[in-house]
Amino acid sequence: MADIRNYTINFGPQHPAAHGVLRLVLELDGEVIERADPHIGLLHRGTEKLAEHKTFLQCVPYMDRLDYMSMMQNEHAYCMAIEKLLQLPVPERAQYIRVMFDEITRILNHLLWLGTHALDVGAMTVFLYAFREREDLMDVYEAVTGARVHAAYYRPGGVYRDLPDAMPQYSAQHTRNAATMASMNANRQGSVLDFIDDFTQRFPGYVDDYETLLTDNRIWKQRTVGIGVLDPDRAKALGCTGPMLRGSGIVWDLRKMQPYSAYEHMDFEIPVGRTGDCYDRYLVRMEEMRQSNRIIKQCVDWLRKHPGPVITDNHKVAPPSREGMRTNMEELIHHFKLFTEGMHVPEGEAYAAVEHSKGEFGVYLVSDGANKPYRLKLRAPGFSHLAAMDELSRGHMIADAVAIIGTLDIVFGDIDR
Amino acid sequence: MDALLAPVAELLGPAWLPIWTLVKIVVIVLPLLLCVAYLTYAERKIIGWMQVRIGPNRVGYFGLLQPIADAVKLMFKEIIIPSGANKGLFLLGPVLAIAPALAAWAVFPFTDKLVLANVNAGLLYIMAITSMGVYGVVIAGWASNSKYAFLGAMRSSAQIVSYEIAMGFALVGVLMASQSLNLIDIVKGQEGGFWHWYFLPLFPLFLVYLISGVAETNRSPFDVAEGESEIVAGFHVEYSGMAFAVFFLAEYANMILIAGLTSIMFLGGWLSPVPFLPDGFFWIAAKISFVLFLFLWFRATFPRYRYDQIMRLGWKVFIPVTLVWILVVGAAMQTPYGYLFH
Repeated sequence: MADIRNYTINFGPQHPAAHGVLRLVLELDGEVIERADPHIGLLHRGTEKLAEHKTFLQCVPYMDRLDYMSMMQNEHAYCMAIEKLLQLPVPERAQYIRVMFDEITRILNHLLWLGTHALDVGAMTVFLYAFREREDLMDVYEAVTGARVHAAYYRPGGVYRDLPDAMPQYSAQHTRNAATMASMNANRQGSVLDFIDDFTQRFPGYVDDYETLLTDNRIWKQRTVGIGVLDPDRAKALGCTGPMLRGSGIVWDLRKMQPYSAYEHMDFEIPVGRTGDCYDRYLVRMEEMRQSNRIIKQCVDWLRKHPGPVITDNHKVAPPSREGMRTNMEELIHHFKLFTEGMHVPEGEAYAAVEHSKGEFGVYLVSDGANKPYRLKLRAPGFSHLAAMDELSRGHMIADAVAIIGTLDIVFGDIDR
Repeated sequence: MDALLAPVAELLGPAWLPIWTLVKIVVIVLPLLLCVAYLTYAERKIIGWMQVRIGPNRVGYFGLLQPIADAVKLMFKEIIIPSGANKGLFLLGPVLAIAPALAAWAVFPFTDKLVLANVNAGLLYIMAITSMGVYGVVIAGWASNSKYAFLGAMRSSAQIVSYEIAMGFALVGVLMASQSLNLIDIVKGQEGGFWHWYFLPLFPLFLVYLISGVAETNRSPFDVAEGESEIVAGFHVEYSGMAFAVFFLAEYANMILIAGLTSIMFLGGWLSPVPFLPDGFFWIAAKISFVLFLFLWFRATFPRYRYDQIMRLGWKVFIPVTLVWILVVGAAMQTPYGYLFH
């Protein structure tokens, strides 16, 4: 008599719901998951090792490529670690710009998460709505840094440059008549801050739209309520952070618990869930978007009133101004030294962590006093979350595994590094 | 028309009947396939608008030639047969999927005159033929020798078995109201304005039929057999080129068929909604388009059910609802108010 064997399928690495290159070996009894075995490493690029061979400044763009959905927040943690070792003060305006862009990045990340999660569960319209709003925010990225994704905007000691006074406009095409052009560019007439301000006015309405499509939808609730329940103790034991932890009802947010940059001046709330299922994590992230919007609004108001420098004037760390270099020998030397040899960070070690969109993103930096990191260790939130996959998906069906992967909000850039 | 054809019929003798039937089949199937092609276009445009996109607009004016371009592309693509697949069954799958989708149109009345075969047991024929379609899906999933395809086939068979019953019961209600299995008689039973259409007295059955129809055609939110984000493409994951296109055609032909049947059974077929407007083909086309629009609207709005939730909905909600309503209709017909249900 043939014995009954479980069915093993390879979920990924090329799978529409694998969110990148997750290879999940699923052991199935019918459609019920007996064991989920995530395999990682398919996107390993050796960022930590590469960093040991690059100057401190050259490592900044690598940070964008870690969690490539929350670019500037990664840079923030890295810059904070360097600033900690250098004991370098950051101008206040730069702090506010950083906070504003951290939150813009959080919205970008959560919008992508929302779209792909809903798409995985089968609701495809939300995906396109979310990408419409992402477009606006990526235009902000582009206006400020010239890049829509891999920004490399934060620098040790501040940010690369101040916010520009103009937004890029849509250009004419044969499919757009004058009226369309005017309406498309209507909110792009002022400065970047005006555009962001306009966005913060519109955004709560957009979130309402998404919630109309999902939050009270019976099918959506059937697919997420009670799925992948993570109880608070296990969430802590597994090292979950961010919305994963808050979804289970634990109030923990680095922005409140150990405020960095300008977060101590910000007025916002931490949403927490109750049961720790997929639906709670969904609700937590939706509310986080609204809170981020509030923070952005506060930053915009502050930044309008407080002009000033956005990067430190310590020219061992930050380049001098162009005008200065043309007339001043010393500044020219500073520029040359900084961009060839790089900055020297004093010997020591530092850990800096930010409340990243996905959880606690930490940078552990060891310096031996040279112009390169001696060792750079990155703490990626997604790594611990993915480790919970097996526990969360046991006893659920394949379709639930997809919903769970969706609420884990994993990105392989930072898990594989 | 008959007088015109009479000399030709005499000339051909006994060969006339098959040839004339063949001509009629072509006259039905060709426009149908054209409708299928433009239904895909309509779907992309309508869902595009719902999702603040534009939809196809490159090939031809307003993208009107896009379906043709797609068809040409698919025809020239290779049909890859996986080495582990059973070749015969693998190729039989798409054929079994599309054949019933087209064959069912044989008894479909476009108006009271325009029908290929006016069969007295038309409703039974439709039920029998449409339930054949699942074999295409099951065989395709099994013959592919792929784990994902196999899961899709399993889901599909389980789903169709349960919804077939709910659909059957919903049609029993129509049968009781019209007291006929002939589709033309069913429509004629609804004469006299839209308040005579069966969707009003049989409202729960109408809803059950419509939703089961969505499930039967594997459309969102019941598209678990394809389950794009779960089991990639389900039963047709290994298909490519024209073999894939045939599945695609079958799905859309089935959608049109279900929309057509819904119009005939519940929405009065070719009858006009108000007595002072003439009846005619226009009305059935409009009703089919409306139901098809609902299909597309569902797809743009709803998340996908999980496989066991679909089964639960079918067995624990739809079948009891239909049973109860059939009982209500049957009991009411014995009372003086029975005319309400005729």
